[in-house]
Amino acid sequence: MGEIAIRVEGIGKQYRIGKREQYKTLRDTLVSAFTTPLRKAGKVLRGEGGDSGESDQILWALEDISFQVKRGEVIGVIGGNGAGKSTLLKILSRITEPTVGFAEIQGRVGSLLEVGTGFHPELTGRENIYLNGAILGMKQTDIDRQFDEIVAFSEVERFIDTPVKHYSSGMYLRLAFAVAAHLEPEILLIDEVLAVGDAGFQKKCLGKMGNVAKEGRTVLFVSHNLGAITQLCGTAVQLEKGRLKRVGPASEVVAAYLSAVVDTELRPSWSSDSCNLNHAESRFRSARLLSVEKQPMATVHFDSPFLIELTYDVTVSIRDLSISYKVYDYQGNLVFESMDTDMPEWKGRVREPGRYCSTCQVFPSFLKPGRYYVALSSFVERVKIVERQDNVLSFDVSEIGYPLNPDRLGIVSPIFPWTVRPCD
Amino acid sequence: MKDAAEIIRIVPTQGWAALRLKELWAYRELLYFLVWRDVKVRYKQTALGAIWAILQPVFTMVVFSLFFGRLGKMPSDGLPYPLFSFAALVPWTYFSHGLSQASNSLVGSANLIKKVYFPRLAIPIASVASGLIDFALAFLVLLGMMLYYGILPGSKVIVLPLLLLLTLVTSLGVSLWLSALNVHFRDVRHVIPFLTQLWLFSTPIAYPSSLLSEPWRTVYSINPMVGVVEGFRWALLGTDTAPGPMIIVSSVAAVVILVSGVFYFRRLEKTFADVV
Repeated sequence: MGEIAIRVEGIGKQYRIGKREQYKTLRDTLVSAFTTPLRKAGKVLRGEGGDSGESDQILWALEDISFQVKRGEVIGVIGGNGAGKSTLLKILSRITEPTVGFAEIQGRVGSLLEVGTGFHPELTGRENIYLNGAILGMKQTDIDRQFDEIVAFSEVERFIDTPVKHYSSGMYLRLAFAVAAHLEPEILLIDEVLAVGDAGFQKKCLGKMGNVAKEGRTVLFVSHNLGAITQLCGTAVQLEKGRLKRVGPASEVVAAYLSAVVDTELRPSWSSDSCNLNHAESRFRSARLLSVEKQPMATVHFDSPFLIELTYDVTVSIRDLSISYKVYDYQGNLVFESMDTDMPEWKGRVREPGRYCSTCQVFPSFLKPGRYYVALSSFVERVKIVERQDNVLSFDVSEIGYPLNPDRLGIVSPIFPWTVRPCD
Repeated sequence: MKDAAEIIRIVPTQGWAALRLKELWAYRELLYFLVWRDVKVRYKQTALGAIWAILQPVFTMVVFSLFFGRLGKMPSDGLPYPLFSFAALVPWTYFSHGLSQASNSLVGSANLIKKVYFPRLAIPIASVASGLIDFALAFLVLLGMMLYYGILPGSKVIVLPLLLLLTLVTSLGVSLWLSALNVHFRDVRHVIPFLTQLWLFSTPIAYPSSLLSEPWRTVYSINPMVGVVEGFRWALLGTDTAPGPMIIVSSVAAVVILVSGVFYFRRLEKTFADVV
């Protein structure tokens, strides 16, 4: 056991969906209390929460997960949305219990599922450092000792005695991360906390993480940032739909994940049936991200073009309809907008009722590596907006093979020709 | 690696969970900071600040004195009615505030519960404990009133800390039940104002418990606040409503509520992060 810091054996976590997110109201309770009074009361008293009606659907967020982490190892956990990464982290952090299986952790654990947990807006920066530190499990003497370092790291010295509600969001995050970065447990469990702040601060945080790893501490790191995983972690674990898919050297797991993500992730399909747009002249039906070979995909290589395919129904004949999409970066900056009426042949034309498909070919070579979000809209120019759908698609531009220095400023990174020669 | 031998086992708990009070002790610094935060934040951005801690019991005392004392001619065990009711309102206000704050505390700390591990018991305990500052302020007013009426406490005053402990135990016990229930049933939030109001009138605050004859007076003190209120009057004002059996019954009731509350809370604790 001495060499193993974290041992996970057959862990599974079951959620009841359907009723899980819905708070019970007095009426619900009365209704079920009339139908099944004794069973219900018995369940509440036995501590089962009284919410296990037969109609509930059961979802295994994690199933049969086993792996080991050696002392001093930095391990990354990757997987698509809903793969169970956060659930795994919550179980190892003891925030929630597994339904089956067990885990053993040897050493003092610190977990960071979020930065700034427990920050109180009315308290000053100084007071929040102590409060947040205590919440994260630091001893008061540790905080005293590292206080100046934390303040220096956060770059908010001047405002340390100002209530944090007056901070800008950037200052707030920097202070929050500064406390978290000075946590010194033997085993650190981290979830995506690097995704905060501007590029410069992110770099600083990544550097700090690298140091933590070098100090020989055991780190389990959950992230969407595959670049950070390959950079920081020796080993990686890939989860898929709650099951363990791969364990191995980080670079191999990441590469396998990237190539497989195209087949497995069904993100690009989406339906707007739930929207209430009965009177709209047109309605979006689906939006997909396709390779030029018409294969669904989620990760875009910076130098190969891809397609954004928008399917929509036109309900009444309409002139001058524009179908448009906007691409936002991970910070919500609008990167660009494109519309099908950019093509002169669709300007001023009438679309008769029926189903249409507008496909746009995108050349992503000007996009920086990172995550992008797509919003849709349809409108009649200078007349009306017919429909808007935000956050319909997301895609990642991979950084593998990206030729430019990624630290440059600006939202886009176009590649322009340069000539360099000695001047006369 | 001083703690290298420490192994944390993460397993699903079945049925009634162990109390793990030792672990709670290990997190006493967090408990301290949570209390400190509640105290610091309580009167931030209020015009009257800590005066609020005094206003409520004082105004209730004035209203009671007018309607029950002056108009209703309620007996007050031979004491000036304002003092009689205020000596009861001071522990009562602490109890009812602690109850309502702590019962909503888990839901109010949902963000903490979902993101960080610590013994969840710390949250309602901190809520109940942070009310002690308000209690101290109101208690000063009570001492002032006693001076004004020229009533000085005798040697019995030394049991007062025990009576305060009884108040705390009652408040915490009820809060543990309600805060854990509140995670699953948000109805609790609506029940609390109603519950405290009913409880107020079933506790001898506006009237003396000497209106009841034995053995009913002792039975009546199954409500732990009966023992608290009559105990306060006895220890501070020297009423002769013999509190012995009443306080014993109340203490037993309070301990039963607390112990069952802790077990119930620990039983539900594992579901908090998933449900809150």
